[in-house]
Amino acid sequence: MQLVQASGLVKTFSRLRAVDGVSLEVSRGEVVGFLGPNGAGKSTTMKMLTGFLEPDAGTASIAGHDVFADPIAARRHLGYLPEGAPAYGDMTVADFLAFVGRMRGLSNAVLGERLAEMVERVNLAAVWNRPIDALSKGFKRRVGIAQALIHDPEVLILDEPTDGLDPNQKHDMRELISAIAPGKAIVISTHILEEVEAICSRVVIIAEGKVVADATPAALLDAAAVDGQRPTLETVFRSITGSKAA
Amino acid sequence: MKTSFRTIALVFGREFRAYFATPLAAVFLLVFLALSAGLAFFAGGFFERGQADLGPFFAWHPWLFLILMPAIGMRLWADERRSGVIELLMTLPVRAHEVVIGKFLAGWAFTAVALVLTMSFWLVTLYLGSPDNGIVVASYIGSFLMAGAFLAISACISAMTKNQVIAFILAAIVSFLLVMSGTNLVLAALRGWAPAFVVDLVQSLSFITNFDRLTRGVLEAPAVILFLSTIVLALWINVQVVDAKKAA
Repeated sequence: MQLVQASGLVKTFSRLRAVDGVSLEVSRGEVVGFLGPNGAGKSTTMKMLTGFLEPDAGTASIAGHDVFADPIAARRHLGYLPEGAPAYGDMTVADFLAFVGRMRGLSNAVLGERLAEMVERVNLAAVWNRPIDALSKGFKRRVGIAQALIHDPEVLILDEPTDGLDPNQKHDMRELISAIAPGKAIVISTHILEEVEAICSRVVIIAEGKVVADATPAALLDAAAVDGQRPTLETVFRSITGSKAA
Repeated sequence: MKTSFRTIALVFGREFRAYFATPLAAVFLLVFLALSAGLAFFAGGFFERGQADLGPFFAWHPWLFLILMPAIGMRLWADERRSGVIELLMTLPVRAHEVVIGKFLAGWAFTAVALVLTMSFWLVTLYLGSPDNGIVVASYIGSFLMAGAFLAISACISAMTKNQVIAFILAAIVSFLLVMSGTNLVLAALRGWAPAFVVDLVQSLSFITNFDRLTRGVLEAPAVILFLSTIVLALWINVQVVDAKKAA
């Protein structure tokens, strides 16, 4: 069974067709890098995958549950980091993560274990009792990851998890994502192409609301090779999405 | 409609604490106490009347609440939208109505705290004379119900925008109209052209008229029903708005 399954997603805002028939399947163990220029429809697609946004057409399911017909069941299997890692700034990291965990139905015993694991894994000990408003961008992003992981979901949808992080933090985030990847289906949107080569097992590129490439990073590079010379992923990205936009 | 009371309780707990996490709670409680006391003493003739009752104190509540309840309700949803937390909240395994009810109850409970703090007035009148305690109790209940109606309207309007200032102003305007609908100013303007039943309807919706009934000491059913049904209707619209405008 595909853990993430979307077919023919369409979303139009006033006159602009932001997403135009996007289909996507992600199975267990895969980390899919979701690429595209700004405004290509990445975030809108992710919002439909999570059930936050209702599509004009098409369906999406998480772990076999339709996100619109059976939203509660679908959301139980989903961890989601929205764009910008929003959180309640007036709460401390500990209170916020406990709140999300309880809202997800974790019992106090399980919640205690999960919180301890988050401190360890996401490296939050230094800021555990600080209000989120007072944290640096890097820590805020980590809190966002921790809330997405708190219930150990099968499906993770992360909208720009490394945006605004410094090189060390980016490295740590990639390590973390790679470490949790086995057994989960992960979709990551990003602008950082090196990231895709480092952690993603598949690349999906969208431009103007349509999927224009869906392959492993290696296959994508091979297909674009000239005289046996692989181009950089950036060159491929620019040639695919640049010509579309022109 | 399936409902998780655990979710409602969790949202309630978070929101109630959030009031006290900022200076808003202290400012609100101070302003409410100062204004309700000041108006009762200076504009209401609390002492000059020479009667041990809380009439001058309660008479100002519709006017106080029409400003103060939008202040309590404005952040409930607008802030979630501005910060993007709404996206996180509405992708948790919870139902919109559970969150709507939890948030409303938190604001209402905060209002209850403010009202309880004004009970020192009651103690003063008890010391000075012998007020009709039945009337005082009925008035407090009426005041609490009316505040709930204003709050539900404010929360509902807050869900329509990401701007707290806009939420506040719109909620205050709607509240003002509901307060004014019982006054001669509005009714006279209607009488000229509207059929009698419309005038009666508008008058019967007036928060002031209905609140006055309750402060006379009788928990009249129509007044109680008006406030409760306003709460239910506003929260129902609130749920629809949250469901429909999740991403806006």
